[in-house]
Amino acid sequence: MKKTISIRVNGIEQSVEVEPRVTLLELVREQFNLTGAKLGCDIQVCGACTLLLDGKPVSACSVLAVDADGCEVLTIEGLSGKNSLHPLQEAFMEFGALQCGYCTSGFILTAKALFDEVPHPTEQQIRDYLAGNFCRCGCYQEIVQAIKNVVGNS
Amino acid sequence: MELADIGKTFRRLDYQTKVTGTAQYLADMQIPGVCHGKILRSPLAHARIKNIDISKAAQVSGVVAIITRDDIVHDEGIEPYYGPVFHDQTIVAVDKVRHVGDPVAAVAALDADAAEEALRLIEIEYEELAPVLDVHEALKPGAPLVHDAVRIPESGFADLAELKPVAGTNVCTHFKLLRGNIEKGFAESDRIFEDTFTLPATQHSFLETHACIAAVEPGGRITVWATTQNPFVVRTQLSNIFKIPISKVRIIVPYLGGGYGGKVYPKIEPITVALALKAKRAVRVVLSREEVFYTITKHAAVIRMKTGVKKDGTLVARECEIYLDTGAYAEIGPRVAKKSGYTAAGPYRIPNVKIDSYSIYTNKPPAGAFRGFGVSQSAWAVESQMDIVAAALKIDPLEIRLKNGYEEGDKFVTEETLRSIGLKECVGAVAKSIGWEQKNRQGDTENKETGSTEQGARSGSMRSGKGLACMIKATITPSISCAVVKLNEDASLSIYAGTVEMGQGSETVLAQIAGKELGIPLQKIQVLGVDTDVVPYDLTTSSSRSTFHMGKAVQLAAQDIMWQLKQTVVKEYGIPEDQIKFADGKIRLPETALDYSEVMAKRFGMRGGTLVADGQVKTSVKDEYGEKSTSAFWFVAAGAAEVEVDSETGKIKLLKYATAVDVGKAINPLGCRQQLSGAAITGIGQAMFEEIAYDNGQLINPNLVDYVLPSLGDMPPVIDPISIETPDRNGPFGAKGIGESALIPVAPAIANAVFDAVGVRIKDLPIKAEKIYLGLEATRAKT
Repeated sequence: MKKTISIRVNGIEQSVEVEPRVTLLELVREQFNLTGAKLGCDIQVCGACTLLLDGKPVSACSVLAVDADGCEVLTIEGLSGKNSLHPLQEAFMEFGALQCGYCTSGFILTAKALFDEVPHPTEQQIRDYLAGNFCRCGCYQEIVQAIKNVVGNS
Repeated sequence: MELADIGKTFRRLDYQTKVTGTAQYLADMQIPGVCHGKILRSPLAHARIKNIDISKAAQVSGVVAIITRDDIVHDEGIEPYYGPVFHDQTIVAVDKVRHVGDPVAAVAALDADAAEEALRLIEIEYEELAPVLDVHEALKPGAPLVHDAVRIPESGFADLAELKPVAGTNVCTHFKLLRGNIEKGFAESDRIFEDTFTLPATQHSFLETHACIAAVEPGGRITVWATTQNPFVVRTQLSNIFKIPISKVRIIVPYLGGGYGGKVYPKIEPITVALALKAKRAVRVVLSREEVFYTITKHAAVIRMKTGVKKDGTLVARECEIYLDTGAYAEIGPRVAKKSGYTAAGPYRIPNVKIDSYSIYTNKPPAGAFRGFGVSQSAWAVESQMDIVAAALKIDPLEIRLKNGYEEGDKFVTEETLRSIGLKECVGAVAKSIGWEQKNRQGDTENKETGSTEQGARSGSMRSGKGLACMIKATITPSISCAVVKLNEDASLSIYAGTVEMGQGSETVLAQIAGKELGIPLQKIQVLGVDTDVVPYDLTTSSSRSTFHMGKAVQLAAQDIMWQLKQTVVKEYGIPEDQIKFADGKIRLPETALDYSEVMAKRFGMRGGTLVADGQVKTSVKDEYGEKSTSAFWFVAAGAAEVEVDSETGKIKLLKYATAVDVGKAINPLGCRQQLSGAAITGIGQAMFEEIAYDNGQLINPNLVDYVLPSLGDMPPVIDPISIETPDRNGPFGAKGIGESALIPVAPAIANAVFDAVGVRIKDLPIKAEKIYLGLEATRAKT
C-alpha cells in the first residue's frame, strides 16, 4: 500500500506517494530523475549511492524512502550553486580525484558531511571518514589531495 | 584561451558532468516503454537439463517474453553458438549448465517485479553431473568433460589460429614456446631453482555492473546501448548470432563506470537482444552485483617454474608450465594463456626457454580479460622466483634485475627486436623512490653487528622490508583504429573515435593530440560519444592501446585537415606551399596571418562548410623493417614496496609503494599519474585482499562485503607514480600505452618485501597475515 511522504530534496519540498519497500535511492533516481547517486553493491558497503539525509551521509540503497519522511535530502545535483560549483567539485577536477566517475558523487557528498562535522579535518581524519567509499579506479591519493586542498583554502 | 599542448596537464573533458552528477551512464538512461529483463541462472556447477517448463511463468501478469533453449535452437534466425575464440557459448544453456550462474532462461516483463516472479516460476529439471573444479582435477585422465565437443569458427583471430582445444580433454588451448636448447641450458647452469606459484580467481568489481538496453525497429534494425569496451566486436558478434548485417546493428556506448577488461567481448548483449526480438519492444537488463561475479572473472593460475642460473646470477634456462583456469567457456582465455606464456621468461634475456601455457576448462564462471591480461599471472611467478634466486646466490635483487633485464635492441623470446625499452630506468626509479640504497646499508650494518640471521630493521615485533619487481607486456597486434576529425566553420573541432571513455581519460588525450597539431584550445574541441553508426571502426578499448593507436589515428586526421587548409590557401590566396606555416592556431603567411575560419569562409564562399579528414592506423605482425612483431609497442614497468610486518602475528602494513612506467611520452601528466597509481591500487587489492572463494563450485563471496576491495583505509601513506619517457618511434609524440603496466609488478614486489622483512616466502596469492604467520611458525619450529 502506497504511503504519502513529504521530503525536501535539494531544497525543494516534495510530496510523493511511494510503496513502503521503495528505497531512498530508487526514489531519487526513478521518481525525481536525480541519477548522480549510483547503485554499486546494493548492501551498504561501496558508498556509490551516498546521499546526505538531514546532513548525514547514508547509503541510499539501504534506506527506505518512507523512513526519509519529513527529512531533508541533498544529492550531488543540489550541491553546486546556480553559477558556481562547490569547492569540493572544483578540487576534485583540479587534482584529478576521479576517473570513471561512478563513485564521485558519493565521495564528494561524504567529504561535504565531513566538513560539516569537522571544519578542519586532519589527513588521518579524511582517510578514516572516507574509508567507507570505494573508488575502483584507484584515485584515493588524488581524492585525499583534493580534500586537503579544500581544507587548506577554507 | 590556452592552446592544447602535449606534456601538460589539462582539466579532463569528462569532468564537469561527472562531478555534477549529470553524466549519463547506461543505468541512468530512460527509454520510453522499456521492459525489464531478468536472467534465471543455474544453481549447479555441472548438470544436464532434462526439462524446462515455463507454463506457470508465462501466466504472470506483465510478462512479455521468455527465452529458453527452445527459442534459440529452433529459430532459423539465430545462430545459437558464439564466442570470441571458440563457439562454445550460447545465449542460454542448451544441453548442459556448466557453472553456477550459467544463464538458463530469461524473462522480459513490464516491471521488474513481474520478471522476478516469472523467474521463480520457471521449472527446470536437472540431472546433476560431477563437476571439475580446478585445473588439477580437470587434467586427470577420465575427468568429467566440461564440453563434449567445441565448435571452432572458420575464421577467427589470426594470432590464435594455431590454438585449438585438445579433443577428449578439458584442455581448451595449449601454447608452446621454445628457444635455444632447454636441456643444454640446465646442464650449463650452476644452480637450478624450481617453485610452484598460485593465484586465485578475482573479479574486476567495477562499481557499474554490466547493463544493456536493446531496441528493435520494425524494419529489423537493432539498437543496443551497451556497457562494452569494444562496441565493434559486439556489433560483429550480434550480427553473427542474429544473422543480420552489421549495417543493421547499432551499438551506443555511454561513459562506463569502469571496465578493467571485464567489459570486452559480448557479455549480456546477446541475451538482451534475444529478449527484445521476442518481446518486439525495448528491453533493459542491469546485472546485480552477484551476477557480475558469474559473468566474468580473472584467471586463477598454477605456475610451475624451473630456472637455471650461473653463480653470478646470469639467467641461462627457464622451463615453465602455466595452467590457467578459464572456467566454463573459452571467452578470450586462449589469448590470455598465450600472453602469459610469452612473458614467462619475464623482462629478461634467457637464451634457453621452454614454455607450455594452457587454458583449461572447469565448471566455474568464465575467466577472461583482466587488466594485466595473463602477465600479472606470469609475473607473479617470474618476479617472486627472481628474488628466491637472488637470496640463494646472495645477490642484491636490484642488481640481478639490472644484470639480466632487457635493454634497447635486445631480442625478445620470440627473437624479435625490442625497441623503446626503458626497463632499467623504471627499476632504478622505483628503487630510488623507496630508498633501496639505505636498505642495503642498514642490512649490512645489522648483520655485521649482531651476526643475526633475522631480517629486517627492528622495532619491537615489527620488521620492515623492501621489495622490487618489474615486467614487460605486449599490446594486441595486429589491430585497427580509425578516426575522423571535422573542422567546423568556427574553427572548432569534432573528433569521432570509437575509443570508449571508461575512466582512463582518453577523450582528453585525443583532444590534446588533435589540438596540439592544429593549435586549437581544448575548449573548442568536442570528442563525440561512441556510436557505431557515427564513429569509424576501432578494434577495442583494451590492451593499453588507445593512446598509441587511436591517438595516432587522430593525429593523422588532424594533419590531413592542415593539409586541406594549406591547399585552400594555395588555391584561394595564391601563396606557394613552402611559404605557408602553421603556428598557434593560425596560418602564417609571409605578410600576414589567417584564422582557420577565414580560410574556411574563403573556401566555401560564405560562412559555413566543414573540412573532414580521417586517420587510419593498422598494425601488423611484421614491423616496418619487415621483422616479426608480436606487439606494436612494448610496455615495461617496475614497482617497489616498503612494508612493515608484525613478526608475531604476520600482520602486514604497506608503508610506501612506488611505481614507474615507461609511458613513451606523457601526453597528460596528471592522467598518467592517475593511471599509474590507479593500476597500482588495483594491484594492491590483488596482492593483499582479493580472492573469489568457492565451495564445491558455489561462489561463497559474490558481494562486496565478503569479496574485499581495497579502500582508503588500506592505502599506504604514499604512492609514488613515476613516468619514464622513452619515446616510441610510432606512437603519437612518442607516447605508448600505460593502462595495465603499473598493476603487474605489485604482488611480487610486496611478496618480495615481506620476505625481506621476515624471511617468509609467500607463493600463493593473496598475501595474507595468516599465511605469513604460518610461515613464521614453520621457521620457528625449525630453529
